[in-house]
Amino acid sequence: MRSVVLIARRELAGYFSTLSGYVIIAAVLAVDALMFNAIGLAGNKRSAEVLNQFFFLSSGMTITAAVFISMRLLAEERQSGTISLLYSSPVRDGEIVLGKFFSALVFLLVLIALTAFMPALILVNGKVSLGHIAAGYLGLVLLGSASLAIGTFGSALSRSQILAVIISGCMVVALLTCWMLAHVTERPLSEVFTAMALHNQHFQPFQAGLVHLRDVVYYLAVTYVALFAATRVLEARRWR
Amino acid sequence: MIRVQGLTKYYGHHAAIRNLAFQIERGEVIGFLGLNGAGKTTTLKILGCVLLPTSGRVTIDELDVVGNPHEVRKRIGFLPDAPPLYEEMTVGAYLSFVAQLRGVSAQAAPSRVQTAEEQMALREVHREIISSLSHGFRQRLGVAQALVHNPALVILDEPNSGLDPAQIVEMRALIKNLRGAHTILISSHILSEISQTCDRLLIIQEGEIVAQGTESELARRLGGSGFIEVDVRSPARGALDALNALPSVQNVELESEGDGVATIRFRAPAEMRPNITRALVAANVDIYRIDRVEEKLESIFLKLTRKEAA
Repeated sequence: MRSVVLIARRELAGYFSTLSGYVIIAAVLAVDALMFNAIGLAGNKRSAEVLNQFFFLSSGMTITAAVFISMRLLAEERQSGTISLLYSSPVRDGEIVLGKFFSALVFLLVLIALTAFMPALILVNGKVSLGHIAAGYLGLVLLGSASLAIGTFGSALSRSQILAVIISGCMVVALLTCWMLAHVTERPLSEVFTAMALHNQHFQPFQAGLVHLRDVVYYLAVTYVALFAATRVLEARRWR
Repeated sequence: MIRVQGLTKYYGHHAAIRNLAFQIERGEVIGFLGLNGAGKTTTLKILGCVLLPTSGRVTIDELDVVGNPHEVRKRIGFLPDAPPLYEEMTVGAYLSFVAQLRGVSAQAAPSRVQTAEEQMALREVHREIISSLSHGFRQRLGVAQALVHNPALVILDEPNSGLDPAQIVEMRALIKNLRGAHTILISSHILSEISQTCDRLLIIQEGEIVAQGTESELARRLGGSGFIEVDVRSPARGALDALNALPSVQNVELESEGDGVATIRFRAPAEMRPNITRALVAANVDIYRIDRVEEKLESIFLKLTRKEAA
């Protein structure tokens, strides 16, 4: 666990000591706020609907940010040769992956926390429950965690950060569009695709202020499977 | 300390190393020599627990690198061919991170960092950002990260790569200072560096160890008795005739002649030197110097690699 903390701390400092971290934060906040203003606040809506809309818009930005935040995690280590340092240290491959993942998760949490001024505005000017806000943010964190884990896996597969983004983006899009496949297939396949979809069925309850155990389990399972796959990729690289 | 038996590594169908076997004792400084693509880096990466072998067995302190890599890694410090540096960190923060990653406690890390920086003459750049360092400092920092946790075995892959002559001399002195405290395995293309730094050589060619031993052992094995060199007063004609007349002297050659001194080199058993001196004196030759000259590493290396290629 000590190695996980060490790797996560170093990686997190890396986000804040380079321009890329600030660029991601600024871009996500700017686009999120603009969309909230243009779409979320448009028309006459009840406060709860505005909040629902905010979480819907933020979920897209969270997924996008997660893919970009995670692109450097392992691809950069391979690109710069520093992976040799980790490989030759008494650290397990799973600890390397976890350390990297947690650093990105903390960075994403900071980013998500910085969007809090928008629900705060709704809370001050309208009438929404704190439970709705908490459920929505829990959904964002879980969705972000699953997307980051997929991004970590994509980053483990590639030496180039650009390629890592493309691979991770493809995997995320494939999971996002599962609900479309559910519409054009028959049972039981349609149920499988529905259950696999990254956003639709699993995120909508959170944005409406509902927390279902099955959705929490789904996001945690995606996170676990993707991180496990990333670990296996690192292990396999020792043979090549 | 290190035992390697039947070590083989395939990349696809290509064997990078085949059936390597060697042994290194504690405290030795070993030079690992080979042409590009000979298999040096692959071997060092396996010893550094970065790569896994296809077959064979490597033990470090009786611990198997495949079966017990976690324990092995605590005992080694590894510098790959390109120093693994995090550009955005300061030198001190980087070394502290590496030390703790390799098991040094947070309390002990500052003193270990200080020691490694002193060993590698890095104190002056303790607070510098790594991306701003010159190539020489980066190479030294690469070695420092391999030492910072005080490992029993230090593996350095081309530590002099890209250094200018002054930096090479500096690096040589720094590595010599490590002698005794660690077992050191160094690979290098710069033969003179290996010759001056190492106790023993391992020569690898096309994935196989073709020779091992000290420089003079290898010279004896390949060139028999080595050379004897004499400086005599010019002209050299009398000396050349006297030497050619001796039965155990071969390959007599005039190396240089000028300023009244001629240097002659020939092959003969070292114990013949008194007889040679007497023969030259009897021929009225004035002798300034007579000395045994070991075959240089460069020619040993070329002989070995050519022999294998043939």
